[in-house]
Amino acid sequence: MRYLPHSAAERAEMLAVIGASSAEALFAGVPEGALLTEPVELPFHQPEYVVEAQMKRLASLNHAAGDGPFFIGAGAYRHHVPASVDHLIQRSEWLTAYTPYQPEVSQGTLQMLFEFQTQVAHLTGMDVANASMYDGSTGTAEAVLMARRVTKRNRIVLAGGLHPHYRDVVRTYLGDGPDLVKLAADPTGDDLGLEEIDGNTAAIVVQTPDVFGRLQDIKAAADAAHQKGALLIVVVTEIISLGLIEAPGALGADIVVCEGQSLGNALNFGGPYVGLFATRKDLVRQMPGRLCGETVDADGRRGFVLTLSTREQHIRREKATSNICTNAGLCALAFSIHLSLLGEAGLKRLARLNHLKAVKLSRMLGTVPGVEVLNTSFFNELTIRLPVPAAPLVDLLARAEILAGVPVSRLDPGKPELENLVILAATELTSDADIEMLASSLHAALEGDA
Amino acid sequence: MAMNNQGRPTGIGSAGVAANGSSLLPNEPLLFEIGDADHSGVDLPDVEIDGSFLGGFARKSALDLPGLTEPEAVRHYVRLSRLNYSIDSGMYPLGSCTMKHNPRLNEKMARLPGFADIHPLQPVSTVSGALSLMDQLGHWLLTLTNMEAVALSPKAGAHGEMCGMMAIRAAQQAAGQGHRNIVLVPESAHGTNPATAAFLGYQVKPVPARADGTVDVNAVKAALSPEVAAIMLTNPNTCGLFEPEIIEIAAAVHEAGAYFYCDGANFNAIMGVVRPGDLGIDAMHINLHKTFSTPHGGGGPGAGPVVLSKALAPFAPVPFVRKGQGGLALVEHAEGGHLGRITAFHGQMGMYVRALTYMLSHGADGLAQAAKDAVLNANYVKARLQAVFSVPFDGQPCMHEALFDDSFLKDTGVSTLDFAKAMIDEGYHPMTMYFPLVVHGAMLIEPTESESKATLDAFCDVMLDLATDAKAGNAARFTSAPTRAPRRRLDETRAARSPILTYTPREDLPQAAE
Repeated sequence: MRYLPHSAAERAEMLAVIGASSAEALFAGVPEGALLTEPVELPFHQPEYVVEAQMKRLASLNHAAGDGPFFIGAGAYRHHVPASVDHLIQRSEWLTAYTPYQPEVSQGTLQMLFEFQTQVAHLTGMDVANASMYDGSTGTAEAVLMARRVTKRNRIVLAGGLHPHYRDVVRTYLGDGPDLVKLAADPTGDDLGLEEIDGNTAAIVVQTPDVFGRLQDIKAAADAAHQKGALLIVVVTEIISLGLIEAPGALGADIVVCEGQSLGNALNFGGPYVGLFATRKDLVRQMPGRLCGETVDADGRRGFVLTLSTREQHIRREKATSNICTNAGLCALAFSIHLSLLGEAGLKRLARLNHLKAVKLSRMLGTVPGVEVLNTSFFNELTIRLPVPAAPLVDLLARAEILAGVPVSRLDPGKPELENLVILAATELTSDADIEMLASSLHAALEGDA
Repeated sequence: MAMNNQGRPTGIGSAGVAANGSSLLPNEPLLFEIGDADHSGVDLPDVEIDGSFLGGFARKSALDLPGLTEPEAVRHYVRLSRLNYSIDSGMYPLGSCTMKHNPRLNEKMARLPGFADIHPLQPVSTVSGALSLMDQLGHWLLTLTNMEAVALSPKAGAHGEMCGMMAIRAAQQAAGQGHRNIVLVPESAHGTNPATAAFLGYQVKPVPARADGTVDVNAVKAALSPEVAAIMLTNPNTCGLFEPEIIEIAAAVHEAGAYFYCDGANFNAIMGVVRPGDLGIDAMHINLHKTFSTPHGGGGPGAGPVVLSKALAPFAPVPFVRKGQGGLALVEHAEGGHLGRITAFHGQMGMYVRALTYMLSHGADGLAQAAKDAVLNANYVKARLQAVFSVPFDGQPCMHEALFDDSFLKDTGVSTLDFAKAMIDEGYHPMTMYFPLVVHGAMLIEPTESESKATLDAFCDVMLDLATDAKAGNAARFTSAPTRAPRRRLDETRAARSPILTYTPREDLPQAAE
């Protein structure tokens, strides 16, 4: 077996040193009968080329996003990742290092995390950011729990435009009940839920751009929350929007949670991604997750360590702020490298380019008879209303190898008012020809349908 | 590259160089000290927009993000990387962490466009290969554990614990047993266990360890009551021992109407050799980044699928893949007793690809051999070191990790921490220290199956040399260590007292610690 270094002779030699009669004798602690005498019923080991062929066959059964016109977003976005990003993150010293608990031999990871935290803080306009969360959705649930700790209040208000998966994750973490207020989505109305904030409210959660692509008034939400002593949690699922849209921190957000996948990370069918978590300086000790801080070594040289770990489970056990242990280290590295390559100038250009593509998409879709673009504001994603239920039509277009967007009913089923809606995203990878093909195919499909 | 006392490279860059470092021994400035707002390593058209769809929310505040051209970025991240220890450059004897080799085929497969470039919300008809992969991974995990159902979506071990404990809570609520509010946790448990139980609102009740490092079924029986919801037990446990009374413990727990959650962090010792389902376990998470070789990546991403018993299967969270007459279906919305989502989308697909590739490479025979070699290696290290090191629990062979305490260092002036830091100077990452909490100054060594006999011999030689030197009174070698790493010991108190968590430009770069 190519991954196991011992020869049979070496195994025998080692057993002799141990003083054990056989490999099985080392399992003496296993209760009688529980030790298997035969291998489990699964295939045996195989050469690398056989495994590779099997995996390639599975991969070939999927329609890759790059295989044709592609407009799917709703929380995960297809962007170009520079070749150097994936090359660099595969260096052994990044890929195969452990969590940097031994700072003397982990300065690479630690300095990178310090740079990452600074990048996230600047992007979001907040004072501090942690070393990353699993993803945006679990980060949102953690933010809600943090708001409860900070305010010692229970009520949570979720705006109607919060991604339904995020809403569901918060509900699973918190449990359903009167203290969890979920506004019904109304993509053409006001579904922020500011009127639901009361004196018992810990936080309101507002996503912008929201799941329908709308840009929300964060300043108004912050003012409404703060008036009642509640916190404002802002969720951003398309991080590139912050190159063009005002930073939530500049508008009064108390906690900002983002999905960082758009930078450095592939779609990966939903994971691994990277959650960004930023907040105000005075709330840092209530934050979940790892934090990296600057210090000096015994010779006085600048160095970095994981810090404030008295918040964390490995020190505090049942008194920790969260049970979280892992972060999204390598995905955070990819994010950080991509953002370093872009820099301020590149990020702004990328954001404008995304927006321009979405403007073209919006204009072109507006010319298709029967299609109504609902958004008056958007970054790179928008929602349309069709004259027919959306899911069958999206499936129909998929058969023609056009991935036309996400039917809202897939995210939020059983709601007739949402059944005809589709969410579509455009990025720098969307060509004008893709947009034209989508519009003409949609036109043809709707005519065929009528 | 630095050399250790035996003249072998230590696998990491070294200190003792000029303040600015060199290309071989870098002392890399921060991104914010080398980049600026005008440089960029990405060529993009500079398009004009009119802003009419921005709703008046165009960004006015500064971004303040430095950019680097590609050559500058490559150099920055390569130089930074050289300050890290890694499994590819040397042995990582971290107990409880299973730092095994990360096969490169896994990485290659995860990057196939058919896996990496598919969106989680594509029409299901366009991702049948992805569903099949999830189904196959589930099949391997269920066969290896002899369990009923699997929830793939947890993002890491602790997330899997949360998922499993939520399923237990849901099952008890459905059975009118929602009042149960106590979770039993042995003192030797990982910190995530009590943290998870408390996170879900349970009261944590510790179960003391026996003198031999295992859990006494009678102690469990004494702690059980109608208020106990579950026990969270690690097996093999964190002392590196298989719990000999685990079947009796499971029976007692079930008899009391409670569930048995097993922390599967140490599954590497028994994969293909013992099936947790045969032991009476109801839920167990499996760290794909430990047992199934997905890379640790400097702290993540992980993946923590949870296998569930028949009693808990109806409470698995969505989404999951279900076999039907028309093939595989993706169930995305909770129905019946199923838990809602614990994450957006479908979990860590990139890790599923790597783990399944690893499983197909090893096969049933190779996985069992890997477990046996992991156990062999730990016992070999234990056998070679125990003449000098102190072994707290020697009643049975250890499993995949060998536990020592610090009694052999008594009166030497050398602590477990000092000893660990001296290992760095000899080219090794330290072992796990001060965990588990049940022994004094714990040193937990997990070599994994990836290490050859020659590597283990060299490691043991170094460990014995260090121990002998400590006992000979050469404390300075330890208390001043490390001296050959990119940094000497860092002032963690200073970091926590007035935290500096982001870069701010200033003149007074930190000088010597006060």
